[in-house]
Amino acid sequence: MNNRLKVLRAERNWSQQDLAERLEVSRQSVNAIETGKYDPSLPLAFRIADVFGLSIEDIFQRD
Amino acid sequence: MTRNWSPAARRYTLRLAVLMTAYVALLVFANLMFKQGYAKGALAYGLALLPALPIIGVFWAVMRLLIEEKDEFLRMLLVRQCLVATGFCLTVMTVWEWLQNFELVQPGNGGFGAAFFWFAGLGVGALYNRVTMGTAGGCQ
Repeated sequence: MNNRLKVLRAERNWSQQDLAERLEVSRQSVNAIETGKYDPSLPLAFRIADVFGLSIEDIFQRD
Repeated sequence: MTRNWSPAARRYTLRLAVLMTAYVALLVFANLMFKQGYAKGALAYGLALLPALPIIGVFWAVMRLLIEEKDEFLRMLLVRQCLVATGFCLTVMTVWEWLQNFELVQPGNGGFGAAFFWFAGLGVGALYNRVTMGTAGGCQ
C-alpha cells in the first residue's frame, strides 16, 4: 500500500514527532507507515485521515 | 532515551527492575538456606522454587506489556520479538536435547534453562526487528 503521509506532513511543515503527537503514537510508528514498512489498522488510518482533514483514500492508495 | 518510552514500556521497565531485584534476593536466600541445612522435606521444594517465581513474573511482565502497549506498531514489534524468542528457545532446547539423547554432550543444563534462552531470544528478536523494520521498538 502506498501513502502520501510524507508529502502531506511536509505541506504542513510538521516533523514526524509533531504528527506522532497529534496521532498519539510513537515517532517510530509514523516513520514505519511513511516508509511503507507498516500498514496501519483501520482505526489508525481513520485517525490519520482526521488529522489531515482528508478521507482515507486521499492518503492511502493500492500498490 | 527513556523520555521516548511509552507509559506501558516505562511500567514494564519498573516491573523488570523489581522482579530482577527479587530474583537476586531470593536466589541468595535459597542458596543460604540450602547451605545452612535448613532445606528439608517440603520446605526444600518451596525454597528451590523461590528463585523461579520472579522469572515467571518476567514472563507475566512481558505479556502485560503486550496488553498495555497502546501503540499498535510497537505492539506488533513486540509480538514479532516474542515469536522470534520462542522459536530461538525451542530450537536451542531441541538441538541440545537431541545431543544429550545421543550422549554427545553432558546431561543437565549447567544452569542455562529455557528461560535463559527465551530472554536471549528476545535480544535476537530485537535485532531482527532492527534489521527488517528499522527499529527494535519502544523498549529494548
